[in-house]
Amino acid sequence: MFGPRGLGGLYPSRVRHARRTFVIVNTDSAPARAPTPNVRDPDRRLSHLRALEAESIQIFREVVAELERPVMLYSIGKDSSVLVHLAQKAFAPAPLPFPLLHIDTTWKFRAMIEFRDRFAKDNALDLRVHTNHAALAEGASPFAWGSNKYTQVMKTHALLEALRAGGYDAAFGGARRDEERSRAKERVLSFRDRHGQWDPKNQRPELWNVFNGKIRKGESIRAFPLSNWTELDIWQYIWLEEIPIVPLYFAAPRPVVERDGALLMVDDERFPLERGETPRTEMVRFRTLGCYPLTGATRSTATTLPEIVREMIAATSSERQGRLIDQDEEASMEAKKREGYF
Amino acid sequence: MAAKSFPSSGADARTPAEVEWLRAQEKKELLRFVAIGSVDDGKSTLIGRLLHDAHGLYQDQLDAVRRASAKGGSTRGAGSTSEIDFSLFTDGLLAEREQGITIDVAYRYFSTDRRKFIIADTPGHVQYTRNMATGASTADVAIVLVDARLGVIAQTRRHAHIAALLGIPHVIACVNKMDLVDFDRARFDAIVGDLRALASRLGLEALHPLPVSALAGDNVVAPSARTPWWSGKTLLELLETLPVAHRDRAAPFRLPVQLVLRPGLDYRGFAGQIAAGTIARGDEIVALPSGKRTRVAGVDVGGREVDSASAPASVALRLADEIDVSRGDMLAHVDDAPRAASELEADLVWMSERALDGDRTYLLKHTTRTVRASLEVIHGTDPETLAPARAGTLSLNDIGRVRVSCRAPLFFDPYRTNRATGAFILIDSVTNDTVAAGMIADAARARPAEAPEPGAPTTGARTQVGAAERRERLGQTGVLAGVLAPSLEVARDLAFAIERELFDRGRVATVIEGASPEAAGAACARAGVIALVPTAGAAPALTVDGAVVASGDGGVEAVEATARRWATLLTDRALR
Repeated sequence: MFGPRGLGGLYPSRVRHARRTFVIVNTDSAPARAPTPNVRDPDRRLSHLRALEAESIQIFREVVAELERPVMLYSIGKDSSVLVHLAQKAFAPAPLPFPLLHIDTTWKFRAMIEFRDRFAKDNALDLRVHTNHAALAEGASPFAWGSNKYTQVMKTHALLEALRAGGYDAAFGGARRDEERSRAKERVLSFRDRHGQWDPKNQRPELWNVFNGKIRKGESIRAFPLSNWTELDIWQYIWLEEIPIVPLYFAAPRPVVERDGALLMVDDERFPLERGETPRTEMVRFRTLGCYPLTGATRSTATTLPEIVREMIAATSSERQGRLIDQDEEASMEAKKREGYF
Repeated sequence: MAAKSFPSSGADARTPAEVEWLRAQEKKELLRFVAIGSVDDGKSTLIGRLLHDAHGLYQDQLDAVRRASAKGGSTRGAGSTSEIDFSLFTDGLLAEREQGITIDVAYRYFSTDRRKFIIADTPGHVQYTRNMATGASTADVAIVLVDARLGVIAQTRRHAHIAALLGIPHVIACVNKMDLVDFDRARFDAIVGDLRALASRLGLEALHPLPVSALAGDNVVAPSARTPWWSGKTLLELLETLPVAHRDRAAPFRLPVQLVLRPGLDYRGFAGQIAAGTIARGDEIVALPSGKRTRVAGVDVGGREVDSASAPASVALRLADEIDVSRGDMLAHVDDAPRAASELEADLVWMSERALDGDRTYLLKHTTRTVRASLEVIHGTDPETLAPARAGTLSLNDIGRVRVSCRAPLFFDPYRTNRATGAFILIDSVTNDTVAAGMIADAARARPAEAPEPGAPTTGARTQVGAAERRERLGQTGVLAGVLAPSLEVARDLAFAIERELFDRGRVATVIEGASPEAAGAACARAGVIALVPTAGAAPALTVDGAVVASGDGGVEAVEATARRWATLLTDRALR
């Protein structure tokens, strides 16, 4: 878990404690200070990442204890990788007590699907994949239908359909409150009525870490163990814990076209090139992953985690900028979430 | 955890400098703070300013807010010239932007080199007290805003009261809009005087006053040139240096068990998040409620063994002996166990449109334990003076002291000493809504009359009538007296004589002869008490003097309804 580098020492160790000397790492230009009472015993304090980890594990365990049929929404992205990792920690040495559900629109990057299948196999995960085949047969595509309707049908409807079919009364998701304004208001355990809808004005108060998981038949809970993580926390944790992620997060030469200010990757032959458009190869990476026609790349040379983290710290735009579905209208996420989107 | 055969590229390319940087991140602490204030106090502006100046905002977020500000998306945005309307950063819901108010708690994040911050931005209107309490429940620090022009007003008192009630260790009082009083030192000092008086009355441990202008940024991140008379820290400096709740780690060890991990026959781990203190391999622990003792055979974090772990780590403990422990139980060190009681006194913040109903039961969730409980209001709180006030019930956003009668004991510490094991929520078992937040003051006064008698059942259902209530009704407390003499004949003579003597003095007393519950019941009935004798092995029915007077289905759900019906029957009999 902590790798071979001895990070196990982050948890207080009574035995080792007596013999260890601490080095106060100098993060800025200020001179290293002598230990003050506050830092006299740094190992006694859980760092912010360990505190977040402990909080997420508590949420996983609480939902599994209080609800009957949980499932984890698995989207293949970095947040999903972290979510799976935390769930494994929550129930180790037991296997995950719930299946993973991937809503496959069939428009994901090919590299994502390869990663998904290998990740599930390597980790012995019970992965279930659901696609809205009826809509596909009607020709649903982000190009033909526009991102709003496409998302509603291929993601929101497909999700609700899969949750109903599986009889799931709780679904874990990797959403973080720092992603978007309406998410900032959402509870860790977010109540959904029997139609999967969210009522932002009538949320259950949520105090301390005492969660109310009571529901009636047909109602459900969406649980967000990563609520208090930020994008930077996620990257630091991936680095610290050596969590596998889709290679698309790292910069590489990829075929892209520029459209409405966004760099879109031409991932397969379904990408309808407009007159005069020719894909050109650029060094790009992705900050978030979704359906490739709706996910903008950023120009980057970051090919390692440290470089990504460095880039993150210097970043001036939020990751959602690369997501075309959020910019359709003011508060579009809130509207989608009310309908049942994650 | 994740299979290592699947390399995450770049992870192995750590240079010493990078490892050091990562280590530094590992030392970064987490601080949660809550900003409490009302629409006009400039609270959202202050948070927006803090995020902006501490670079907690991205360019596209700024652009989106600039667009919305220009569109007049918020009524508060109007009039603020070319300024960015900082409140738009935190007011996330459509209704909030339409109405220009904050309705619900919003969470925001930023970090500096020293700390990561989680901000709970809470609405300040009286009608949103419940959201304020929500945001305050996990906070290490509260920022309370005071308008420099208005000084300490009723609303300030209310906000400070909630901060004190929710046990927030530090309160930063931002005296805001100092630019509108020309950064007048005398004005600031006068307000600080009022704040200190308020803090000492509320028992707030640490109060840190600060002159700011959220709109202009004075003393928010950088020291202001316009307050040369102020040499204290800026808001950000305070947030970076105030100590984070350390006392949890020195506190007695508490682990509420969330679930039992049992992947196979050779592993049994009791999983939970340490609520307080430290646990190490070899420690002797007690499991509650069973009272069984054993030693810790291993402490596992994320499937890996560690020597010891402290709050708030999530762990799984392996125990040396196979003792019965399940969800809802509490593990503690043998020499420092929590209190156990089913009758409690607690402070409540009522959060439901439906007022507290003393005639029904609620579900009470305390740590990982959920029990049924009934409530009795001891007193409410006057919203103006914050003094205890007579109240028959508690309505939405009311704060009051109640007596809580639980159907099973809770293992707790008073909230003021341990927030995690002193807090609970109340759930309406019909609507499933969370209707109240509770902070345990202590066990209710002891009831000697209810000490379990020899041979009486000690588990399961128990009386729901408190000793204090009985005393109030009867004007006395129960006493169990043995009357001993060389022969039974002499003992009976003596007992009946005492009974007469007590009756003449106005006391309720009775002589109980024979070992059966029926005999004891007959004696109580003679004494003028309605005696109820539970008997197993029959269909649900109520008898009086051996004759059936009513029958019921006796299902668990029907208990309360049946109890009401039969109580009416018995009242009729008793008053005949």
